Amino acid sequence: MATPAAQLTLADAGSQVVLAFAGRLDAAEVARLWRQALDAARRVRGRNLTIDLSAVETCDMAGATLLVATEQAHGAPAALAGGSEHVQAMVARARAAASVPPAVPAPPQQTYKELLRAGLIAAGDGFAFLGQVALAALRLPAHRRMMRFSDLFRYADQAGVRALPLVVMLGFLMGLILAFQSAVPMREFGAELFVANLVSVSLTRELGPLLAAVILAGRTASAFAAEIGTMKVNEEVDALTTMGIDPVTMLVLPRLIAAVLAMPVMAVALDLAGLLGMAVVMRGFGYPLAIIEAQVQTWTTPADLLGGLFKAVCFGAVIAAVGCRSGLTTGLGPRAVGVSATAAVVGGIVATIVLDGIFAVFFNRLGL
Amino acid sequence: MAAPGPQPDPIIRATGLTQRFGRRTIFRDVSFTVAKGEIFVILGGSGSGKSTLMKQLIGLLRPSAGRIEIAGREVTGPGAAAAWAGVQRQIGVMFQAGALFGSMSLLENVMLPLEMFTDLPPDARVAIARVKLGLVGLIDAASLYPAEISGGMVKRAAIARALALDPPLLFLDEPAAGLDPITAAGLDRLILGLRADLGTTFVVVTHELTSILTIADRCLMLDRHAFPDAGGVIALGDPRRLGRESQDPTVHAFFHREPLPAGAA
Repeated sequence: MATPAAQLTLADAGSQVVLAFAGRLDAAEVARLWRQALDAARRVRGRNLTIDLSAVETCDMAGATLLVATEQAHGAPAALAGGSEHVQAMVARARAAASVPPAVPAPPQQTYKELLRAGLIAAGDGFAFLGQVALAALRLPAHRRMMRFSDLFRYADQAGVRALPLVVMLGFLMGLILAFQSAVPMREFGAELFVANLVSVSLTRELGPLLAAVILAGRTASAFAAEIGTMKVNEEVDALTTMGIDPVTMLVLPRLIAAVLAMPVMAVALDLAGLLGMAVVMRGFGYPLAIIEAQVQTWTTPADLLGGLFKAVCFGAVIAAVGCRSGLTTGLGPRAVGVSATAAVVGGIVATIVLDGIFAVFFNRLGL
Repeated sequence: MAAPGPQPDPIIRATGLTQRFGRRTIFRDVSFTVAKGEIFVILGGSGSGKSTLMKQLIGLLRPSAGRIEIAGREVTGPGAAAAWAGVQRQIGVMFQAGALFGSMSLLENVMLPLEMFTDLPPDARVAIARVKLGLVGLIDAASLYPAEISGGMVKRAAIARALALDPPLLFLDEPAAGLDPITAAGLDRLILGLRADLGTTFVVVTHELTSILTIADRCLMLDRHAFPDAGGVIALGDPRRLGRESQDPTVHAFFHREPLPAGAA
């Protein structure tokens, strides 16, 4: 059944204007006629408008919307002539919707005071979360059942063991690059041999823990945030709370402990791989392995290593806590989980670097 | 326009539909037609396969056997993908959980199909989308996001989105589930109104007895009890008559809201 395309004709008779629609008024045809109809209606403002529908074959909701929009563009009620009962009913529905003014949401206006207040509240919430975690950890002996050890091993595997290939590769390349880059200026002073000391000290004290922390934040903190965030969106966290199971004990503690266990291992693996990378470069410069080894052993003290491992443990705790907290504060909707995962990575890396700065000052004061 | 019985010009013709998952047969040999302008309800207990049947009808699941014609076009068998592409704009689907896009406001959700498939100018898209939201009573919530509204509102917004392109055939999966009786009655009236004004055909999966008796021209009831290893059709016809006359214990129990008599299965 081929229905004719829609048409629009304007008959102007002084104070009386007739706008006649014809044919098929569906979404495709309405798209064609929309501008034309509204413009025509605007031009004849202030005169009596009759919309003639006697030649309309079919009219769906899109068509009815066009008729009502035409009437609105004209600015005064128009008489509908010749429309079937169905079309009249459609127009009545469309009129009901058009008569409701669109709600204009008030633009959010925030004063500096409010922003400062929100910032302070957020910071306070962060500390409160640390307190919650500490409390949960202290109560753990009494609530041992709430922390499932199978979870702990799974997270340790996920955060640590599965990250090892990446850690080793990154460490090796880091050692290689560091050795190569520092060799050039060191050679100027005839101190090429000391490249071994430089690389080993900077790896154990600084780069090992820091790089391991970046890997943990990128690989694991985001996963923690997304997992817990999805649980939050699905009301699983609320279900835990109503069952009397503390979400912090069940969801946060195993992840935190897993990260704390995994980080020193990752840092050591990174150190070792880096030393290997450095050794490859030094061998290339013609130094025998025994000399490289002696340099590393004489100049890198156990304090360097232990200091680095201590930092790694702290970084692990902070990154896991930031990740879990982003998960637990996830808002509603599918976008919220993505926002939480991003916040976890960014927050984790920023927290690590701030903490590293604080450690640098402390270690310096303590003469370590 | 209420047209019980098969019509010469059906909008859906399903023949011998069967669905197997591995060795498990969900239902077999389900045949029926839906006439233009009919309100056709699919009933059945949990596990009877009504959602599976619905998935076949909206093209999300290819039937293991049997054929489906929508608006005279076969959408199963070879060339099904191309056939579906031609049919898709003629159907609107409301999913049970709404399936609204969480990153868009209700208005944007309803406008999406208009934006994708028509050349309507932006102000026309907004006006049409607002009319659809008005139909389901959500015009004041147009700028809200799905996460900010109640479950019943999500459902109604999903119907508005399914209506966006004025499709001649609408599939509604459990439209009344989780709605209060007043809203559910409003929805029934909307379905009847759209059918009266636009001649829209509805295929509705629902359990709400009141709603079935109010809107359904015919209903199809699937059940596993009567069949040894798979579900099948146990009743097809006018629900008001089925409730009075059917001899099948499951159909009787359903329409009289009674537990199944012991030993009936």
